[in-house]
Amino acid sequence: MQDPTSVGIVTPQSVRFDVPLHLKSGAVLDSYELVYETYGELNAAKSNAILVCHALSGNHHVAGVYADQPKSLGWWDNMIGPGKPIDTHKFFVIGVNNLGGCHGSTGPASINAKTGKPYGADFPVVTVEDWVETQVRLADHLGIDCFAAIMGGSLGGMQAMRWTLDFPTRVRHALVIAAAAKLTAQNIAFNDVARQAIITDQDFHGGDYYSHGVVPRRGLRLARMLGHITYLSDDSMAAKFGRELRNGAYGFGFDVEFEIESYLRYQGDKFADQFDANSYLLMTKALDYFDPAHEHNGDLSAAFHAATADFLVVSFTSDWRFSPERSRTIIKALLDNELNVSYAEITSSHGHDSFLMEDRHYHQLVRAYMDNVVT
Amino acid sequence: MIAVSGATITRIVPYFVRPMPAANIDLMIMTATAAPIPPIASRPDFAAIAAWVQPGARVLDLGCGDGSLLRYLRDARNIRGYGVEIDDANVLRCLNNGVNVIQSDLESGLSGFESGSFDYVILSQTLQAMKHTEGIVREMLRVSKEGIVSFPNFGYWKNRLQVMFGHMPVSETLPYQWFDTPNIHLCTLGDFEAFCQQHGVHILERRVMNGDHQVTLSPNLLGMLAFYRFERQQ
Repeated sequence: MQDPTSVGIVTPQSVRFDVPLHLKSGAVLDSYELVYETYGELNAAKSNAILVCHALSGNHHVAGVYADQPKSLGWWDNMIGPGKPIDTHKFFVIGVNNLGGCHGSTGPASINAKTGKPYGADFPVVTVEDWVETQVRLADHLGIDCFAAIMGGSLGGMQAMRWTLDFPTRVRHALVIAAAAKLTAQNIAFNDVARQAIITDQDFHGGDYYSHGVVPRRGLRLARMLGHITYLSDDSMAAKFGRELRNGAYGFGFDVEFEIESYLRYQGDKFADQFDANSYLLMTKALDYFDPAHEHNGDLSAAFHAATADFLVVSFTSDWRFSPERSRTIIKALLDNELNVSYAEITSSHGHDSFLMEDRHYHQLVRAYMDNVVT
Repeated sequence: MIAVSGATITRIVPYFVRPMPAANIDLMIMTATAAPIPPIASRPDFAAIAAWVQPGARVLDLGCGDGSLLRYLRDARNIRGYGVEIDDANVLRCLNNGVNVIQSDLESGLSGFESGSFDYVILSQTLQAMKHTEGIVREMLRVSKEGIVSFPNFGYWKNRLQVMFGHMPVSETLPYQWFDTPNIHLCTLGDFEAFCQQHGVHILERRVMNGDHQVTLSPNLLGMLAFYRFERQQ
């Protein structure tokens, strides 16, 4: 029997855009495709749409499952569905794979029409602003003039913020979860170690590994292992793994001994099987470049001067990658502009990954906020 | 168990409606569903504060509880504002009530708020539960032109009588036992006025209430709840 709170079986759609896209870097993409999914019904006034923006390794498959793949649950399925905090009885929800991704939207592994080969290293660096631009075109395609809400966690929250700055008339509410107004030096440092792991893998071939029939698997695996450590908290790792040994005793060698080693290697392997290394490089770069205050001499309040949306900002106590302090910086800028904003700091031990977890209080807050969103 | 912030406790208990034993109060805090909003008529303390607030003003409500005062001020005075609240369940209630709430600990100050960014900062039945009394009053007058505080008058005759008979007072406005009270800085009208004088705080208006009646005769003896509107000493 199907779970009544699930959107059920979903099918991705795609749309091709042939109007050249001028990217922040100066590069131009003549055409591109975006793959997306939708859940719920768009109302007649087209006023109940919610855009869900994904984070570093996410994609358009936000909720539901694919036919005949019962394990293919969307990455935010606990948040979105009939009767869930983002209630698909009320809202029409869109998930989109960002440009440069590797789940169906045009990205480095896609065929470049000009060469007939995968873009590889030729795929331009994309920014959060560029993504928002492509998402606007998707909204146009779907006939949505103004989103009821745009939401996302982490890098997804950055896209939601960017929307409110660049297209203030097209978004009424922004849910910015476990995000930051810019990365810290430490954050960028983690990203660069991840990139270096990929770039220095001998199978990387300057980004053109597709034609060599290999993938920089070791590099991508290391990048993910490192990233994963930063998404968890010391406490949650201690609680889940502690110093547990797989075989109960030290082996005095370098094979997998501690459970945490086993877990991380498994996560790394799984990720390396399903994600494109070039896409990973692009996503981390988009994170690094995000800094709306930069164009305003570092003044974030000035950056948010353009915004008119209402905001819900949420952070998690154990998130050290995008700590509550980073969210407070966003709050200050929103308050300085007298925008409607609520802020909740959720007690959670799951680190940065908390935003993906099912937590009663967190979900109640989102539900309560969304209850007051008029469609 | 006592909630972290006494502020939250005092605000979700409509004191003159029904003094409640502490155990029930805790249950209220733990329950995550929205508390019913009392009809306006049952909250003369809200009306007293609203009478001082100019329409359309920018208001910051410290220790805003479930947000019902902000909601009342929004409906009655068309204010724009934010609440500050530490308690999870109350933050949720604020969202249910559709008011802006910033989850934060008042004891650590108001550094997230720009100087002079509000017309009024309200501290309603919260002052007596704060550790850093001087700090919060200073911060109120930094971020706002005017401050409004309300607090239970320890000098109320029923309180005095109970102390005279050898017990810590338990009353409509102080519905706690000595061992479970969040109230750590109780004062009388006289104490608060002396505090203001010593700390460069100029009192603009005072209102003393007993239930829904205003008290003019011997307020320090007959008043249950005191309201002050104040500004920085020029």
